[in-house]
Amino acid sequence: MDLNFTPEEVAFRDEVRHFFRTEIPADIRAKHLGGEHATREEMVQTQRTMNANGYAVPHWPREWGGKDWTSVQLYLYQDEMQLAGVPHPLPFNVSMVGPVIAQFGNEAQKKRFLPRAANIDDWWCQGFSEPGAGSDLASLRTTARREGDTYVVNGQKTWTTLAQHADWLFCLVRTDMAAKKQEGISFILIDMKTKGITVRPIRTIDGGAEVNEVFLDEVVVPAENLVGQENKGWDYAKFLLGNERTGIARVGVSKARLARIRELASLERMGDIPLIEDRAFREKLAGVEIELKALEMTQLRVVAAERGQASGKPNPASSILKLKGSVLQQATNELLMEVVGPYAMPYVPEDDREGSNEPPIGPDYAAEAAPEYFNWRKISIYGGSNEIQRNIVAKAILGF
Amino acid sequence: MDFDLNEDQRLLRDSVERLVTDRYGFEQRKAFLSQPDGFSREMWKQYAELGLLGVPFAEEHGGFGGGPVETMIVMEAFGRGLVVEPYLATVILGGGLIRYAGSEAQQAEMLPKIVGGEMLVAFAHVERHSRYELHNVATKAERDGDGWVLSGDKGVVLHGDSADCLLVTARVSGGQRDRDGIGLFLVRADTPGVTRRGYPTQDGLRAAEISFDRARAETVGEPGAVLPHIERVVDEAIAAICAESIGVMTEMQTTTVDYMKTRKQFGRAIGEFQALQHRAVDMYVDLEQARSMALYATVMASSDDAVARRLAASAAKVQIGRSGRKIGQETIQLHGGIAMTAEYKIGHYFKRMTMIDILFGDADRHLAEVAAHGSVFA
Ligand SMILES: Cc1cc2nc3c(=O)[nH]c(=O)nc-3n(C[C@H](O)[C@H](O)[C@H](O)COP(=O)(O)OP(=O)(O)OC[C@H]3O[C@@H](n4cnc5c(N)ncnc54)[C@H](O)[C@@H]3O)c2cc1C
Repeated sequence: MDLNFTPEEVAFRDEVRHFFRTEIPADIRAKHLGGEHATREEMVQTQRTMNANGYAVPHWPREWGGKDWTSVQLYLYQDEMQLAGVPHPLPFNVSMVGPVIAQFGNEAQKKRFLPRAANIDDWWCQGFSEPGAGSDLASLRTTARREGDTYVVNGQKTWTTLAQHADWLFCLVRTDMAAKKQEGISFILIDMKTKGITVRPIRTIDGGAEVNEVFLDEVVVPAENLVGQENKGWDYAKFLLGNERTGIARVGVSKARLARIRELASLERMGDIPLIEDRAFREKLAGVEIELKALEMTQLRVVAAERGQASGKPNPASSILKLKGSVLQQATNELLMEVVGPYAMPYVPEDDREGSNEPPIGPDYAAEAAPEYFNWRKISIYGGSNEIQRNIVAKAILGF
Repeated sequence: MDFDLNEDQRLLRDSVERLVTDRYGFEQRKAFLSQPDGFSREMWKQYAELGLLGVPFAEEHGGFGGGPVETMIVMEAFGRGLVVEPYLATVILGGGLIRYAGSEAQQAEMLPKIVGGEMLVAFAHVERHSRYELHNVATKAERDGDGWVLSGDKGVVLHGDSADCLLVTARVSGGQRDRDGIGLFLVRADTPGVTRRGYPTQDGLRAAEISFDRARAETVGEPGAVLPHIERVVDEAIAAICAESIGVMTEMQTTTVDYMKTRKQFGRAIGEFQALQHRAVDMYVDLEQARSMALYATVMASSDDAVARRLAASAAKVQIGRSGRKIGQETIQLHGGIAMTAEYKIGHYFKRMTMIDILFGDADRHLAEVAAHGSVFA
């Protein structure tokens, strides 16, 4: 029993910490820590800097830029990235489509797509969900019919995050109408410039426009863009969904936000004292911190158990991390909004928050508080809702 | 013991509910929000014609002579429709302050105009560091000839941008947090020295930052001794927004149940999953607990025992804050992605509920008040 990292691991942590805090511009990190969404340019710039230094895709196979790090190293890398406020490399590229192509794609696809995905030369988006296929993803109805050496795709995807920036869409489509639900699905790569694709933004309740509907009308896709085998797409989708493991708890994000809450609570006044000196507030903050510490320990247990193991099979314990991690992120959002108090009420449109000549309304940290609280309700919905995670734990761990 | 409405109250309820159902659909509301003031002057006129703007005022001022129960009826219906007009600001707060603290002349001058829909009023009390304390006031009032001038900054003034008149707390003596020495002042919005910066709030309503630079003002009530009146009006306002929140929560709760009965995944309505049914039941329990406390605050709002009244208002605010947060988060979660979109109504209820928690102090703040007093059963 030993809670300490080895000297090598400590040295590794210091190295990534130094990298993130010196190579990624402080203004990008400060903005991100403050709850603002990174712009397209900032995300591209950050990921390219990371890629140039071998930090964009360390979990990929070595020949495509991976680093063969241990699970502990991957953990430390994520944690340091989050604590420093570095925008994560685009998950659609590095955590989703990249690993699928690396594992199931052919050589030509790997050569064509992986280096560009790592360097964000292509921006990918995820076309899984449909209006009728959310939690029950396998009921999706978008079809691809084979015509010569092409597929012709018809249907509608929805909730497609950042499709407005995307060059490519990785998409689940139905290629066999007669087969059972899961068995007629294929995984296909679609160039967003292809004729017949319409992207319509969906405004979310926080005022942002990060999700979209994507309509596909007689979209002709070269058959060479099929990943793996026809009708085996469901296996690849499961691989993809089970892939984002240790990072999913985002403990570092919550730790960074708690530090910010402490800082803001020392600026806010509660009668004669700073809010941070109010006993009830301190106890509430401590309560969230304790739960987060427990989650960090749980995550470290998962990480330690995986050390030295080849990654591959999704670990049902990752459902615990998702469940608790999402709820604690939301708890920190609530706490931050409570710290801000009455000045959480003014609404400043996202476009006006940065680069505006108008002085802020109230303290300059207030504008993001409520929108962030609203926005992050999503984290218990997407990536397999918390109810679906509970179903997984009930089945895979408790044996019901 | 009687929780029933009387005949007049039922008539009032039926007429407001009908108005909201007929005139306040989601799309209609959206159109109201996009008007220059951020609400509908046309609807405001309708409220006046129906007598709604006169609900809490005496008949001699053109009012309906109603009490907190009548206010509750209106606010609950407004909550169900997410009404955006400045009823809280003008009728409950503005009118309430004039009713309790204003001189006869001020009442005779202002109340009929409020009732007739010809005057909008806003209550300016929040300051940058005051957080939720009504007596935390740095804005200064000084004598100037036979009148007064105000200097200082007020924030998050509900509907402060469209108000014709502002009721402003300002200090005539004492330190920033002294309970004594606070005055209430009436300032016409177009008075020189008044600068307003209006903006929308997270729930689509409006507010303003307002600064006063030696702006001429007249007193409302006795300068220095007006805080008890202010607290009384805020207690009534708390009861009113508790009632509004019942409308908001009811809409979230029933919409969620309806959605669960129609949304199909895995070949069945998601409402068939028992795990989700139980969550819906808990929402319902939370709603009924909140409704009970909203009623409690309403009945207690007319109490002359200031301590008991404050305690009831605080206790209700805690329950409403907690139930509202729970129901709001669950309505989103049980809907799934659709609830995150601005095009669907439920997120707007969630946001209004979140803002109601902040108004006049959040659940934590009022929990501290109740705990400091001892027991709600004392
Ligand atoms: C902001 C945001 C971004 C997203 N980005 C993307 C993206 O980029 N690409 C993409 O493909 N998708 C994306 N999604 C979609 C996301 O994956 C779905 O929202 C999610 O799968 C849930 O589906 P649904 O919204 O249709 O809810 P539903 O599946 O209709 O669920 C409604 C409710 O029922 C519950 N439920 C459903 N089935 C069960 C069951 N068997 N047992 C118990 N409870 C159940 C759910 O947990 C939920 O509470 C995004 C969603 C959001 C909100």
